[in-house]
Amino acid sequence: MAFIDYYNILGLSKNASESDIKKAYRKLARKYHPDLNPNDKKAEQKFKKVNEAHEVLANPENRKKYDKYGEHWQHAEDYEKAKQQQSQQKAYSSSYGNYSDDEFSDFFSEMFGGKSSRGSRSQVKFRGQDFNAQLQLDLREVYSTHKRTLTVNNKKIRITIPAGVENGQIIKIKGHGGGGANGGPNGDLYIEFSITNSTEFKRDGHNLYVTKDIDLYKALLGGELMVDTFDGKVKISVKPETQNGTKIKLKGKGFPKYKKEGQFGDLFVNFNVKIPTNLSAKEKELVKELSKLRSHGI
Amino acid sequence: MESNQLISIKQFCNHNEVPLRFISALKDFDLIEIVIEDEDEYIYTQHLHIVEKMIRLHYDLNINLEGIDAIYHLLKKVEELQKENQVLKNKLRTYESF
Repeated sequence: MAFIDYYNILGLSKNASESDIKKAYRKLARKYHPDLNPNDKKAEQKFKKVNEAHEVLANPENRKKYDKYGEHWQHAEDYEKAKQQQSQQKAYSSSYGNYSDDEFSDFFSEMFGGKSSRGSRSQVKFRGQDFNAQLQLDLREVYSTHKRTLTVNNKKIRITIPAGVENGQIIKIKGHGGGGANGGPNGDLYIEFSITNSTEFKRDGHNLYVTKDIDLYKALLGGELMVDTFDGKVKISVKPETQNGTKIKLKGKGFPKYKKEGQFGDLFVNFNVKIPTNLSAKEKELVKELSKLRSHGI
Repeated sequence: MESNQLISIKQFCNHNEVPLRFISALKDFDLIEIVIEDEDEYIYTQHLHIVEKMIRLHYDLNINLEGIDAIYHLLKKVEELQKENQVLKNKLRTYESF
């Protein structure tokens, strides 16, 4: 548990007045408040520190205690006494979007115990707090719509993950956030999908891309090739004289379109022509023969 | 009166300890929509989180209504840009690994 310099967090000196503290808090809160910095984890962390510093310094009793024992808290006998008093204090609830009261620092919790109520406006909560969660899935898992059971705040909820969700996409599960107060509605649960890809396919929206090696003779003379798709194997024909880097489109063999049942993107197959190596003397002879037939170049 | 879609402004203000005039001011700035039924005023429940956010901006951060109006529009843009950024990141990830 590291000592936290609350004055430094608010950019104040130890002799700052109450109005200086208020002013500094407001300025920093306006800069880092989660409402003003959506999806910005760094700002959220900063705001928590600023809020914690304000909780302590804006309360004369807490400030006095902090000023007296703060820097030497680990040696002060009185610190232990202060610690015992904490359990008597009321818990604090907040509705700052993602902000949770569990995330005050250990230093704060041990020094001041439960979280105090906020200063200027008493908070009678109406709607519950929104929760954020991240769910990691593999690309193969989001090819089809499926159900999954998640544990959120010790409660199990079963959600449907629609096929075709994107990496970084956030879906809202209504009413699965924190409980509302005074009969107010529950908050919502926001799930951000982090999609890893262990397949050979590259995804861009609902289109898929894959590179397939073909040998020189198949490229020259044409032939057939089996290509894996998410939907099983597909036989494709390689046209004679196929150039390296040629792309073909397999319509409807791509990724499902999000919330558009039965609609799929396309699969693009890129041909990579492999030039044979370690040619035998006979092969070299034949290639030379061929090159003579092509004396005019390409 | 309260339905699934509407919540009485009086009740909302009472719970959140904000004056009714604050909600009227938000309406004057076209920041929220107010529904009148049987001479009572209501807001849509799906707009509650927006109104609560505006309350926090005003009462906790001391931002005036002109500021809230500007922030509201800027946040909408931020949200759109974040979405666009995510799409571009995903695209870049595709091409970087080729």
